Amino acid sequence: MNAVLEFFYSNKEAIFIIALTIFLGLEVISNVPSVLHTPLMSGANAISGVIIIGGIILVGHADLENLSGDSNLLNLILGIFALFFGTLNVVGGFVVTDRMLEMFKKKK
Amino acid sequence: MDKIIFNIPDIEIFRGEIILEFSYLLAALFFVYGLKLLSHPDTARRGNLWSAGGMLLAMFTTIFLYRGGADHTTIKTANLLVIFVAIAIGSVVGALVARRIKMTAMPQLVSLFNASGGAASALVALIEFSNPDNSSALVTLLGLAIGSIAFSGSMIAYGKLDGKINDIFTKWMTYINLVFLAGVVVLVVLILMPDTPNKQLLVYALLGLSIVYGVSFVMPIGGADMPVVISLLNSLTGIAAAMAGFIYGNQAMILGGIFVGAAGMILTLLMCKAMNRSLINVIIGSFGGGGAGIDREAGIIKEITVSDAAVLLSYSSKVVVIPGYGLAVAQAQHACNEMEKLLEDKGVEVKYAIHPVAGRMPGHMNVLLAEADVPYDKLIEMDDINPDMPNTDVVVVIGANDVVNPAALDDPSSPIYGMPIINSHEAKNVIVMKRGMGKGYAAIENHLFYDDKTRMLFGNAKDSLQKLVTEIKSL
Repeated sequence: MNAVLEFFYSNKEAIFIIALTIFLGLEVISNVPSVLHTPLMSGANAISGVIIIGGIILVGHADLENLSGDSNLLNLILGIFALFFGTLNVVGGFVVTDRMLEMFKKKK
Repeated sequence: MDKIIFNIPDIEIFRGEIILEFSYLLAALFFVYGLKLLSHPDTARRGNLWSAGGMLLAMFTTIFLYRGGADHTTIKTANLLVIFVAIAIGSVVGALVARRIKMTAMPQLVSLFNASGGAASALVALIEFSNPDNSSALVTLLGLAIGSIAFSGSMIAYGKLDGKINDIFTKWMTYINLVFLAGVVVLVVLILMPDTPNKQLLVYALLGLSIVYGVSFVMPIGGADMPVVISLLNSLTGIAAAMAGFIYGNQAMILGGIFVGAAGMILTLLMCKAMNRSLINVIIGSFGGGGAGIDREAGIIKEITVSDAAVLLSYSSKVVVIPGYGLAVAQAQHACNEMEKLLEDKGVEVKYAIHPVAGRMPGHMNVLLAEADVPYDKLIEMDDINPDMPNTDVVVVIGANDVVNPAALDDPSSPIYGMPIINSHEAKNVIVMKRGMGKGYAAIENHLFYDDKTRMLFGNAKDSLQKLVTEIKSL
């Protein structure tokens, strides 16, 4: 029990954020008409590409002068791939969502 | 001299850090506001731009203000170059694919993008595990496992939607999946224990097993359940990104990821509700095959000629079109829209009835009809159109099957029993456009086709509609 309390206390900010964000996610989505489910999924999918920030941090702070040490080179290559995949997710996702939404028009 | 160098950067670091954190807060708010706007057709496009703007902001401030590495500096020029090249290539590829893809292939593309997001999360977590400064092993491992599952699962979903992979289902698949899942959990726990040797090796094992689990988890799911799985995988990618966000204590990643994860989860549950099935049932149960059929195959198929169909439609006062994936495959949206306009000129009221799971992903049919310039206020959701069905003169079912199958209402042995359908059998007349007597995507017999008031119009939907248009014009 003490361990649980301690975990809660030391992570209280994160837990607050998570709880409120989950609630927010439910609130925002539950009113979406099914007309928009596909663009919504692809738009939300593009947002999950926010992992791109992790890719930027990894590649940005890889030690390019000491690539032979440890597994630096491998990590750099994997990091570049992460960045590439993240960009693909973000750019592709937003572009294709925009393309879909462009077509939704009201009757003239 | 030393003193000045020490002081000025200190203030700059402080200022930069504040701007960076503030930009993450703004980005997170942009995501939420963007998705909020996305919930109405009029504002949806703007909403997407807000989200994209948030992402761009977070990317730029991270590139120019984030401090890291041993020397706690912003990113060096050489690294910047690598970053810009990687982002440029990713952007060009992503934008080209997104621009060129056909609207019918949208579900595949979303799966593919989702797979790449999952892969990115898994890679980031994999690299961060070997970083000695990273003190959050639990979230790193969760990010690795969830990201890998989302990656391989989405790849399989892509292959299935694209017709490259068939469903594989046997009874023991469920148990194998449980074993794989248990294996993933055991590996995570083992790696977290302080005394476990060879941790790096176990991390690779976790990566491998998660990929295998993603494959075996999506493999048996098929038929009408595909939309649910896409949405579920979408949600997983969001959660994986959030886990990676915890590694860096990055609020934009945490908020964005959890937000998408929660949104994806509620969308998944909404779709399960639309099919009257529980999520567990979708995941462990197989779909398709079985059910009624042979014994109830009483009744005769009655065909209708194009000219008879044209007369029937032209002299009706209320017509409802029920489009299915067959319409999209035949690229018949435009011909359909033309028919609708001709009929309206003759004073016929024409509406479209959209089932929540019509097409290969939720809302897919709406996108396809929007592409053909059908205004979205003519697309009526199932619950709103069903009460109107008995007053409808003619229902035109184009390339749809399971979503109008009355077995869902009255045949407890049918695999789709309990799924709400569009009650086309209550209309006065039904015209079904179909390529042949083949069964639908879920391979279930449909007794609507044998009904007394049903007339079949066989052939490619586009050809049939074009002939119908010519015929209606000449009336």
